[in-house]
Amino acid sequence: MREKKFSVIGKPLRKVDALAKTTGDTRYADDLELSRMLYGKLLRSPLPHARIRGIKTDRAAKLKGVYAVITGTDLPERFGIMPSTQDEEALAGEKVRHVGDPVAAVAASSEAVAEESLKLIEVDYEPLKPILSIEEALACTEESERIHAWNRRANIQKAVSFEFGDVVQGFEQADQIFEDTFFFQGNAHLPMEQHCALAQYGPEDKLTIWSSTQTPHYLHRALSKVLKLPMSRIRVIAAPVGGGFGGKSDPFSHEMCASKLAMITGRPVKFTLTREETFYVHRGRHPVKMWIRTGVKNDGALQAMHFRSFLDGGGYSSYGLATVYYTGALQTVSYKLPAYKFEGVRVFTNKPPCGPKRGHGTPQPRFALEVHLDKIADKLGIDPIELRLKQLVEPDSITVNGLRVSTTGLRECIEKAAARAEWKKKFRQLPYGRGIGFAASAYISGAGLPIYWNGMPHSGVQIRLDRGGGITVFCGSTDIGQGSDSILAYVVAEEFGVDPADIRVVTADTDLTPVDLGSYSSRVTVMTGNAAIQACRKLKEMLVQVAGEALEVPVDDLEMAEGKVRSQSYPKRAISFAECVEKAETKFGTLGATGSYSPPKYPANYKGSGVGLTPAYSYSASIVELSCDPETAEIKVEKVWIAHDCGRAFNPLLVEGQSEGSVYMALGEALMEEQVFRKNGLHKFPSILDYKSPTTLETPQIETILIETNDPEGPYGAKEAGQGFLLPVIPAVANALFDAIGVRIDELPITPDKVLRALEGRLKPVSVPSFDFPPPIKWRPGEGVEVPQKS
Amino acid sequence: MMRKSRKESAAKLNQNGLTKRHLRFRVNGEVKEVATETNKTLLEVLREDLGLTGTKHGCELGECGTCTVLIDDEPVLSCLVLGVESEDADIVTVEGLMRDGRPHPLQRAFADLGATQCGYCIPGILLTSRALLDKNPHPTREQIREALAGNLCRCTGYTKILDAVELVVKGEVA
Repeated sequence: MREKKFSVIGKPLRKVDALAKTTGDTRYADDLELSRMLYGKLLRSPLPHARIRGIKTDRAAKLKGVYAVITGTDLPERFGIMPSTQDEEALAGEKVRHVGDPVAAVAASSEAVAEESLKLIEVDYEPLKPILSIEEALACTEESERIHAWNRRANIQKAVSFEFGDVVQGFEQADQIFEDTFFFQGNAHLPMEQHCALAQYGPEDKLTIWSSTQTPHYLHRALSKVLKLPMSRIRVIAAPVGGGFGGKSDPFSHEMCASKLAMITGRPVKFTLTREETFYVHRGRHPVKMWIRTGVKNDGALQAMHFRSFLDGGGYSSYGLATVYYTGALQTVSYKLPAYKFEGVRVFTNKPPCGPKRGHGTPQPRFALEVHLDKIADKLGIDPIELRLKQLVEPDSITVNGLRVSTTGLRECIEKAAARAEWKKKFRQLPYGRGIGFAASAYISGAGLPIYWNGMPHSGVQIRLDRGGGITVFCGSTDIGQGSDSILAYVVAEEFGVDPADIRVVTADTDLTPVDLGSYSSRVTVMTGNAAIQACRKLKEMLVQVAGEALEVPVDDLEMAEGKVRSQSYPKRAISFAECVEKAETKFGTLGATGSYSPPKYPANYKGSGVGLTPAYSYSASIVELSCDPETAEIKVEKVWIAHDCGRAFNPLLVEGQSEGSVYMALGEALMEEQVFRKNGLHKFPSILDYKSPTTLETPQIETILIETNDPEGPYGAKEAGQGFLLPVIPAVANALFDAIGVRIDELPITPDKVLRALEGRLKPVSVPSFDFPPPIKWRPGEGVEVPQKS
Repeated sequence: MMRKSRKESAAKLNQNGLTKRHLRFRVNGEVKEVATETNKTLLEVLREDLGLTGTKHGCELGECGTCTVLIDDEPVLSCLVLGVESEDADIVTVEGLMRDGRPHPLQRAFADLGATQCGYCIPGILLTSRALLDKNPHPTREQIREALAGNLCRCTGYTKILDAVELVVKGEVA
């Protein structure tokens, strides 16, 4: 069978669920209602750190309309997203570790009764000293000051240290050494939909839960562990997610409690969190302090880099184990770096736990790296774009920390963005108060390893063909608005030569769909796309065989296009897709096929080498033009250019949409968003009014430039197109501000008060704590197992 | 006996704020009557009593614009209005945007241009946009921005939303 031109891939098509989302037909978790349904509410801790001496629930349980009240003793099993740091409880047992930590749950006839009953629960707390900053956590090393008991060193969740290449020699070879410190404040995902879960436990002893989750498979595992039910008795359905951005990727207390309360009462139980609760559930961007030291030649060539990150993790581990590695891993995949030392530590504090937000652990170090390079270029008198262009990582290379780069379109991204923005005309040429800044970045197209160790596929797709020519695609992937359902439809339509609108997509239901690990790490297009292609090609083999026989045309000459299987030489010799399916079913029996995808093996094998691996890296370059009023320090972003190597744009409209959304989110993080706490552990801004985020008025013109490098590992060459765009925008804002008014703000968000202090010379550099990192794991390229690339 | 116990339970219901009141209004062109709790917001009446779940909630504090509906052609945050305040009002929700079973041009434009990602804020944005276009069929991009400044969207960066409304203004919806 010959290859044909794309008929679906690359076209600006409607998403398969787009119209339903405009008519109100899409049913999100909280839109579901079951008969006899009860409403659940969580009693949350008002204290940041306390021991629980006792809980009295009898008054609440007696309130009319209350059907069950549970506490930590009802759900003692610990859970957490990472297998080695299972430190969360559905309801606190002995201790609460942040304001908002759940201690009891009720199921009642209405939300009002449930809320009323919470007031009748008496918790006897013994307040403990709260730890609210990275510095305090590092200083509180006494056993008596521990937030958790399980970790080796008090209040250190994880400390890592690596040395790649000859770092000492690298610094010796350098003509100049530069050092900087940075702080990236934490911030929230702020999805417009609050978390919601509805659980039902049937008389046949099976549990069904509908939840606004990005990771139904991991939730499935966690529920089984906590509820002590076999996975075969649990069905997890991810409802269409009303905004995720990483914030709905953990298994949550309300999901456990809804399930347990449904089991106890025999009635469906729904929990919908309030907006305030979503701020306390959090899992957002980690606050990170960073120190960076780089040795360069006078021409700007990087010789060695030493980078340290200090992560404020909040009260639980969440994804933190991965996050701490991510703050170091991807510093090497954009620019050639012969020697690199990385040390990172994540501490526990008595604040809501941090987790993955768009870019997961990489926007913070990227901010530091790109502003640091801008400063170096300025001091060396080199154009910051030239500084980068002379040392870009080559395609088909292995980085100093053992990451395999296949394709890279970073050069083209940079050159095109610079040309469109008229960089050369504007850089250091604009009038005072107006500036332009540049930064670049790289991101993963899916994590190379699953979250729990196993050798099974990361993504599975099943396709069923109906006698009438209908095609149904089943996949565990979860549409969080990014369009993953549409991606499946596009792939299958492309393969079978049919209209994507004719395909039915069934996703994110553990009873019906093969496992896909979830919507995180920008993995879905690459992994489900490859799995879907594999499944389609198994079916196509059968279809072209019967078509060839029926049309008396060699299989090599057949193509599937326009709803037909036809001869390419004599296009009139054709049968319809439906007819072909009928013939194939007659010959082979019921038609279905599965496909699966596992990422390739990787070159490095040192401990910790699992983070940062990916089938392919996406690359981005951004230029930001802004103005800053020197009197008020008000910053107005005028325009953002963003060029992104997405391998291949499955649907340019959707890729642009991800770009525009990422740029918007980046501007929020750069200029206004911050998740900060009072001394008593209360959130300063737990409402949408107080937590400032950009509106239509603050969002500038965004020009997206798509670069297609056709990666051999991606389906039709596609790479990531969901998170990478965010990364370069934040440092580009900081660099543009320097170009505009000549001050550096190394601390996010860049608010007018900081700019004014900097203009008056009163902004202090970011202080970085001292910490005794463990001895480094040393690795050099070439060590370990070299694995040839898949082509 | 019977009568007394009923009285008692009515009093208990009152304590719990559960007394219902009969309400009548026009929703999406149809007269609707419900018996509902007096402390329910219009948002809750629409979603819970009428099953019109197309109207979403993002904060229930009047901060995000997600729950916007039209009352007598004006965009209103339905989380800040009590159901009982809407008596006799003419209400339009996202379910009422369709005309004769056909999507409104705004709905088609949003779908065609990729202006819906997660889609959760979209019902409110569509209704705010319709109210704008009803009053001013040819707004500039800046006027569209102004009109939508109270509707938050975390997915799209607003760009495709503004593009979609502009497409309708230009009359270029397929």
